[in-house]
Amino acid sequence: MGTFIQLVIDGLSAGSIYAALALAIVLVNQATGLINFAQGGMAVLAAYFAYSFIQWGVPLILAILLSILVSFVLGALIERFLMRRFEQGDPDTAVVVTIGLLTLITGLCGWIWSFNNLQFPSLFPVQNVNILGAVVSIRSIGTTLVIVGIMILLQLLFIGTKLGLALRAVAVNPQSAAFSGLPVGRLLMVGWGLAAGLGAIAGALIAPSQTLTPGMMDAALVYALAAVILGGMSSPIGVVLAAWMIGVLENLVGYYLSPAYKEGVALVVFLLVILFRPEGLLGRTEERKV
Amino acid sequence: MTLLELTEVTAFYGPVQVLEGVSLSVPDEGAVGILGANGAGKTTTLRAISGTVRAGGKIVFDGKDIRGMRPDKVAALGIAHVPEGRGTLAGLTVRENLKVGAYLRKDRKGIDADIEYCLDLFPNLKERIKSHGSALSGGEQQMLAVARAVMAKPRLMLLDEASLGLAPSTAKNVYQAIGRLRKESGIAMLVVEQNANLAFTLVDTATVLETGRNVLTGTSAELKGMDEIRRAYLGG
Repeated sequence: MGTFIQLVIDGLSAGSIYAALALAIVLVNQATGLINFAQGGMAVLAAYFAYSFIQWGVPLILAILLSILVSFVLGALIERFLMRRFEQGDPDTAVVVTIGLLTLITGLCGWIWSFNNLQFPSLFPVQNVNILGAVVSIRSIGTTLVIVGIMILLQLLFIGTKLGLALRAVAVNPQSAAFSGLPVGRLLMVGWGLAAGLGAIAGALIAPSQTLTPGMMDAALVYALAAVILGGMSSPIGVVLAAWMIGVLENLVGYYLSPAYKEGVALVVFLLVILFRPEGLLGRTEERKV
Repeated sequence: MTLLELTEVTAFYGPVQVLEGVSLSVPDEGAVGILGANGAGKTTTLRAISGTVRAGGKIVFDGKDIRGMRPDKVAALGIAHVPEGRGTLAGLTVRENLKVGAYLRKDRKGIDADIEYCLDLFPNLKERIKSHGSALSGGEQQMLAVARAVMAKPRLMLLDEASLGLAPSTAKNVYQAIGRLRKESGIAMLVVEQNANLAFTLVDTATVLETGRNVLTGTSAELKGMDEIRRAYLGG
């Protein structure tokens, strides 16, 4: 029983990191209607920023907050000066641009900070606590709680605020939104900025356990995409639940069956959802009238 | 007082000139129709005003040259464009659509009162208040599009083919409600409509476009009396 609880909580922790990235993907999708494959890359870049700030003597928590701020600005600038050029055209083109951006950022990170594994300090103490006979790391619990908080904030943002409503309106129909006086360009920048900031949190959470490398987020991105598909594009809560499910499942399979199957879990889930419930567990069907 | 004045407005889609010189004026609280065949430039004229197509010439709203302004800036001045095809925000509920319409307003009470007014104007929407825009019928989407424009408290509404794709009785309902809106709110209207009979229930004057140019302007009564108008737009 102790082992099981430990596996579940560690799974939740891993799932939380996928969730952070998945939420960022959902945010961009809600605000712009497209999937940003560079979201993971941008998160890695943010973690390198935080790493550099720490090297310069900035305290850890401040370094992470700074990296979130820098990422927000960078995300907004990427929208304004790169993505803006492709928004009028075919959405597929814009998606391919984000894949290019991922490659570019990974290369840049390697060039500036090298491809070596760098040590990134953890935000939470490296201690364990005893819960119902299970030894659980405080890091796992902390990571999970951070994500719960962000999920609630995001849900409130989308459903309860004028900004959230405006972001959604712009995503669905930018022209109609403009006719109602919404500053479409500025809202798109805010959407990208928020997502990049969220990615920065994911980066800071994953870097301590994975060590910092340019490809640190590659696997997490796949899991995050699976969570986005599973949870439904329009539901932050659904996406987080899905990410946790994947994290826990992955951990259990790795322990009870074989570590070799661990990697496949997300892909199997991905495939099943696409086959049986393409709108996601909690997502709404996008109705399209011809 | 003239609210909107277009002087020799031109517009291109790429190399193709769609407007060759359109002039018209909409008085304060007035309603003006734009008639014409497909491709005459009716929709483009509205798009030139709302800033969604690049235009030449002069477009003056309330004494201010608005030609070349961004659509959201034009909207902020008090021009609400109800586009052809309605432009419903599909993933948002009816209430959310209405709230988006009021995006630039800060008077919470006024917004709530106007939501009630819109639901009274279009009772169909009242029953669908929690439905997503995509779940509405064509007529309901058109009503929602007009209502969303009302929520901005505009001084001028650009109405593009509000009857398009609707059953005749539904189209009539929509125009009746818009007529009531006009009377009660004093919003000036520039109305593009294929169905001239419907347009004449709403507008005081109209201009006829042919290949991007005005060929005729007159009061509704004058135009209705003309043989060529009757033949071309009123079905005999």
